[in-house]
Amino acid sequence: MASGSEGGFWLPPQGSTAAGGVDGLFDFIYWLNVFFFVLITGAVVYFVMKYKRKSDDQLATSQVGHNTLMEATWTFVPLILVIVIFAWGFRTYLNLTVAPEGAYQVKVTGQKWSWNFTHPDGTVNTGELHVPANRPVKLLLSSRDVIHSFFVPDFRIKQDAVPGRYTTAWFQAKAAGEHQVFCTEYCGKDHSAMLAKVLVLSEEEFDAGKWKVSKPPEGMSVADWGGDLYNKVGCKACHSVDGSKLVGPSFKGLFGREEKIQGQDPVMVDENYLRESIMDPQAKIVEGFAPAMPSYKGQLDDAKIDAIIEYIKTLK
Amino acid sequence: MNATTTQAAVDHADAPYEVDYLNCKKGIRHWLITVDHKRIGVMYLWSVIASFLLGGVLALLIRAELWGPGETIMGPDTYNRVFTLHGLAMVFLFIIPGIPAAFGNFVLPLMLGAKDVAFPRLNLASFYVYVVGSVMALWAIIAGGVDTGWTFYTPYSTGVSGSVMMMTLAAFVLGFSSIFTGLNFIVTVHKMRAPGMTWDRLPLAVWAFYATAIIQVMATPVLGITLLLLAMERALGVGIFDPQLGGDPVLFQHFFWFYSHPAVYVMILPGMGVMSELITTFARKTIFGYRAIALSSIAIAVISFLVWGHHMFVSGQSAYAGMIFSFLTFLVAIPSAIKVLNWVATLYGGSISLETPMLYAIWFLILFTIGGLTGIFLGTMGTDVHLHDTYFVVAHFHYVMMGGTVMAFFGALHYWWPKMFGRMYNEKLAKIAAWLVFIGFNITFFTQFVLGSRGMPRRYYDYLPEFETLHKISTSGTWFLGVAVLMMIGYLFSSLKKGEKAPANPWGARSLEWSIQSPPIEHNFHEIPTVVEGPYEYPKAGAKA
Ligand code: HEC
Ligand SMILES: [Cu+2]
Ligand SMILES: [Cu+2]
Repeated sequence: MASGSEGGFWLPPQGSTAAGGVDGLFDFIYWLNVFFFVLITGAVVYFVMKYKRKSDDQLATSQVGHNTLMEATWTFVPLILVIVIFAWGFRTYLNLTVAPEGAYQVKVTGQKWSWNFTHPDGTVNTGELHVPANRPVKLLLSSRDVIHSFFVPDFRIKQDAVPGRYTTAWFQAKAAGEHQVFCTEYCGKDHSAMLAKVLVLSEEEFDAGKWKVSKPPEGMSVADWGGDLYNKVGCKACHSVDGSKLVGPSFKGLFGREEKIQGQDPVMVDENYLRESIMDPQAKIVEGFAPAMPSYKGQLDDAKIDAIIEYIKTLK
Repeated sequence: MNATTTQAAVDHADAPYEVDYLNCKKGIRHWLITVDHKRIGVMYLWSVIASFLLGGVLALLIRAELWGPGETIMGPDTYNRVFTLHGLAMVFLFIIPGIPAAFGNFVLPLMLGAKDVAFPRLNLASFYVYVVGSVMALWAIIAGGVDTGWTFYTPYSTGVSGSVMMMTLAAFVLGFSSIFTGLNFIVTVHKMRAPGMTWDRLPLAVWAFYATAIIQVMATPVLGITLLLLAMERALGVGIFDPQLGGDPVLFQHFFWFYSHPAVYVMILPGMGVMSELITTFARKTIFGYRAIALSSIAIAVISFLVWGHHMFVSGQSAYAGMIFSFLTFLVAIPSAIKVLNWVATLYGGSISLETPMLYAIWFLILFTIGGLTGIFLGTMGTDVHLHDTYFVVAHFHYVMMGGTVMAFFGALHYWWPKMFGRMYNEKLAKIAAWLVFIGFNITFFTQFVLGSRGMPRRYYDYLPEFETLHKISTSGTWFLGVAVLMMIGYLFSSLKKGEKAPANPWGARSLEWSIQSPPIEHNFHEIPTVVEGPYEYPKAGAKA
């Protein structure tokens, strides 16, 4: 009742090979919970009804204060049960966390407030993790700023991404499809918007590699795609499009204006300046702002940068 | 008077009224410099209730914001501050000091047959330190805009502009207040027991306060060390927690939980103590398994120091460290389970009356059982990976903390109110409020188990549309809770003026605090009583009393 590969009342669908094992354990604990809850609450309700005080001077009919056999039973039976659960839980945990040899490895980098995925051949994607079905995938997680946590409910996996070290997780997706990713370690303002998708492709489709080429999704113009990236990649957190000042300057009316630079001559905002600002933000710091912008080198390819530039151009 | 009141209470029932501790020295000045444990208890009571109301209003705001996805009543920055303040106010200003400092201070000496605590001045100092700590905390949060959650995880907490150092300092100052109270209780229990009050005649509430005091005295210094390390990092640039300086952010989590997991038991043990008093009194039964309950408090106090890593199964800590923490966590669950089963067994054959304090005791039994059982999912490593940092955890600890400690707090409030203020409240309204609390609580928090196991992360300002219905149900439950608390304020305050005068022993309980007039005189007992029996020696029907 609690679970099933399609998901149920309590749990989401099982998207990975390990999910079934977790759910089996979940179900076991669940039914044990139900059993003990009914037992305890049942006893309370029964006693309260049966021994309800009917007159003011009614006394208790028993004053038993001790029963060794009973007390031993309810110490040792739960003890044995929890030891079983403990051992089962540890085994499930190892299945869930120790990746098999030869898994396809992806580097996952968290940063306020987006996820980046670096594949073995250097392909980098933001917000979308493409993986093949039926092949183990190992994630090497890390963070550029604060602690984040990578959570895929359908796979029953979660692992913190910690700055300054690597942690690992793995899964093997059962079939082609889409799975939601959440950040589950509180990381500030847009913590709840730090989402991503795992896109599971069939092995042929994955190996064909079409997914690597960045191009706007079907039916979307380049500038609209730029707007979409602005949201997903995380520019939104520091740059507004309505003229208001956040951590960084607003994009509104930016293109074509003259910008004052700290310690340098003013520059005219054109495509090259925008490109440089994104790839090497420390090269020219806009007056009145802190050098707080991270570089997007290696994270955004040419197609994406062009799209963002096109988008900025539309913000008159 | 009913047949079971203690002999002492019967003696006093006809005794003429004497000036009580509330009336003996009037005027605010006398209150502010009082060293009377009862007055200090009362001052603590008002303070923790104020903190509870603050935390409660914030909780209503949080749930209102979550009524729908996106912005409902506030933006994300405000939301993050609101849930941080909710957690901090509830944990540090309400639950930790709540039962021990307010009710413990009031009843512990009375239960022991003592005229005061061992160090009355230290007791007053603890109250002022609490006030200073609270002001510091509120100032740090409101002026500094702390938005880190009550857990202050580094490096987020060291990177944001908010005054985290100030807040940690405040927590440490508040910790000192707990240490003062704890030290006082330990010495009082050792040294101030009335003649004949042997260790196995101590009311179980006293045992619980004692175990709590031990944890407080041992755990709080760790908070001080953490603070010192944070200060060294910030001021001297020594890398300890900050990876940019070569530190280890996960180390902070070890420190934090090394303090905060035992602190969880500081929050629940006093509530368990109250439970033993309520169940025996309203069932007119001797407690089942006195020794098991008393010793399990001590067992909890010791083992609770060894389980902190169960908060860190997905932090990257080694699988084998996780394994040991998981195992010890299951061990510490057993004494709590024993207590629950002992309370249930105590009901057997009793003469059970469902007055308001007892209703809260029943709520505790049911809700704490759910809280404890759902903890198994979280102590088990294989299932915790999925559930960690989701609403499942939020639901679990609210069942333990609110379903457990807060129910015990409400129970204690209604149980000792007549003793503290000498007035009875309106029983009918109190019962209605108790039912509203139970219903509202379950609507609010049971849904959160489902939200969490389906994947809804905690501390989310915004959420996916698939979670909306459950969030709406959860939010609507909080309105019942809000109404219940308003009712409570209404009937309790009006009882102070209009309530019927309380007799010495309205519930027919047998511990010493009920053997003296309500409210007690300034020095509690004219003569230190001599104790000849345990606190739960209720007569049995048919036997000669
Ligand atoms: C952590 C906050 C932050 C994020 C995220 C961020 N920026 Fe910036 N950005 C800044 C700050 C601060 C400045 C101004 C200082 C400077 O020039 O480096 C800036 C400056 C810029 C400029 C120059 C603006 C001007 O007025 O001349 C551009 C263009 C820019 N960012 C583009 C982007 C794009 C595109 C993204 C997303 C891919 C992005 N930024 C993400 C903080 C950020
Ligand atoms: Cu995050
Ligand atoms: Cu814990």
